Amino acid sequence: MKTIAKQKLSAHLFSKKIAMKAARDGYGEALVALGEENDKVVVLSADLTESTRSKAFAEQFPERFVEVGVAEQNLAGLAAGMALAGYVPFMSSFAVFSPGRNWDQIRVSICYTRANVKIAGSHAGLSVGPDGATHQAMEDIAITRVLPNMVVVAPSDSIETKKAAMAAASLEGPVYLRFGRPDVPVYTTGKSPFTIGTANVLTAGTDVTIIACGSMVYTSLEAAQELGKKHQIKAEVINCHTIKPLDIKTIVVSAQKTGAVVTAEDHQIHGGLGSAVAEALAEYAPVAMRFVGMPDAFGESGAAGELFEKYGMTKEKIILQCLEVIKEK
Amino acid sequence: MESLTDIKILKTKANAIRANIIKMLAEAGSGHSAGPLGMADVFSALYFNVLQHDPKRPNARERDRVIVSCGHICPVWYATLAEAGYFPKRELWTFRKINSRLQGHPEYRSIAGVENSAGPLGQGVSLAVGMAYALRNFSKSSQQVYVISSDGEQNEGQTWEAVMFAAKHKLPNLTMIMDRNNIQIDGATEDIMPLESIRAKYEAFNWHVLEVNGHNIAEVIDACNAAKAIAEKPVCIICHTIPGKGVKFMEGKYEWHGRAPSREEAALALTHLGRG
Repeated sequence: MKTIAKQKLSAHLFSKKIAMKAARDGYGEALVALGEENDKVVVLSADLTESTRSKAFAEQFPERFVEVGVAEQNLAGLAAGMALAGYVPFMSSFAVFSPGRNWDQIRVSICYTRANVKIAGSHAGLSVGPDGATHQAMEDIAITRVLPNMVVVAPSDSIETKKAAMAAASLEGPVYLRFGRPDVPVYTTGKSPFTIGTANVLTAGTDVTIIACGSMVYTSLEAAQELGKKHQIKAEVINCHTIKPLDIKTIVVSAQKTGAVVTAEDHQIHGGLGSAVAEALAEYAPVAMRFVGMPDAFGESGAAGELFEKYGMTKEKIILQCLEVIKEK
Repeated sequence: MESLTDIKILKTKANAIRANIIKMLAEAGSGHSAGPLGMADVFSALYFNVLQHDPKRPNARERDRVIVSCGHICPVWYATLAEAGYFPKRELWTFRKINSRLQGHPEYRSIAGVENSAGPLGQGVSLAVGMAYALRNFSKSSQQVYVISSDGEQNEGQTWEAVMFAAKHKLPNLTMIMDRNNIQIDGATEDIMPLESIRAKYEAFNWHVLEVNGHNIAEVIDACNAAKAIAEKPVCIICHTIPGKGVKFMEGKYEWHGRAPSREEAALALTHLGRG
């Protein structure tokens, strides 16, 4: 498997030396950096300041930090009001609560209003583990990407999450940033390109395209490596960090080249990245497709690895789906 | 904009607003009648006396903000904004029609002076509280934020989330004007979901409460001025109003909450308003 040089991925890509860090840490670092460079940036937290890594900002810029309490609907409304007063609010919570619990507020007070609010949904996906189904946000991409005026970004490691949050601040209008709780491989570097709306082709392939977001991008790279070694299959891996607006051009060019697509995400199969890709390909380049994600089920308590195994969101499942979809070409 | 102090002129303004509400609703063939008519006196007091605003400079930094949280009463907002010169009155007849700037429920900045989008209840209260917090704590500005809320809207949990937050921060630049007209879509508020004592509730939540007759323009103005002077707490002005006020066959009837008059009913309503 050949990675694309200009992506400047980690030198330790598949080595045990690869750094492990939580994506949420990247969010916290971005908030502090933004606090220093833009005095209009304010941060709101719904009683989850430490968990969402908003604490460093709260300590350094207490006058621009707002503790809202356990009230996610008010969180969204307050942020909208602050945006209309000229500020750039980042509202931090868990993805199950925000956008899970305040979708109507996000729809009307933020998206319809085009309020310049950044919604940070931490602890997204099955990877939150032992907290169980109530706390595993598996539907948040679906319910945000359906909203007009919304931008949806699911960065894939801590460095990319920091870049995404920084980029969101300079983008006028509503943005949803989705990221997870646990440590995940830091496979990108500070020099890796990142632009909201531009998918990154990480490896060049001709047999199958794997399109992923969030922590499943690294899993897809591992799958691509094994597909090359064991099956002599060249997989093209695309980091599709921006689910909306979708980089249709990059996806269509790759799909036309390989003729087979597998999507991978830590989210329900219905309505997420896979659905977004399928919508685009159905219109512009219909090819055989397979979906790796949560199969229309609620999760449960367990270690993240065990849950990924049980619900079929692993390297092995991606490999299997690639082998299957290639047969249909 | 120059503040009008002659109550007779303010009453005339309110009457003109009511007449335009009736005409708009009849022309649209749908919309809410009772709430807008009931709040016409309050809107006249606000836009022609209380507010610091300039229709020619609708986005001026130093303006007071009005957030209408109960978005369904927007006919009174549109009619008042037109009366104050924010946009031409002839545009009122496009209300609820295709390609109109006057949406059935308000859309932020679709026309100058519309400071928020609203429809689902409770949202505007949060938004107003966030705006008041930002103006006071981030911008260090003294502009007032007035949020128009309804009694039915007090059913929404989000309202109380926002009420608690405003009390925590003792927002002195926030005034809620609550339309206490005792009706909501399905019936009387006290039958659907009892609110009393709404005054005691707000006081228990650490707000200062004033109560006025919402059809006594002088009382409304005095209460708004008193609210502005109260620095240690947010203020809720409970405006006791008669839904459908000014049109005898609509007054006090919850059936007119979400209904527009037919052309015949509108003609009769205009005679009640002395505009027949």
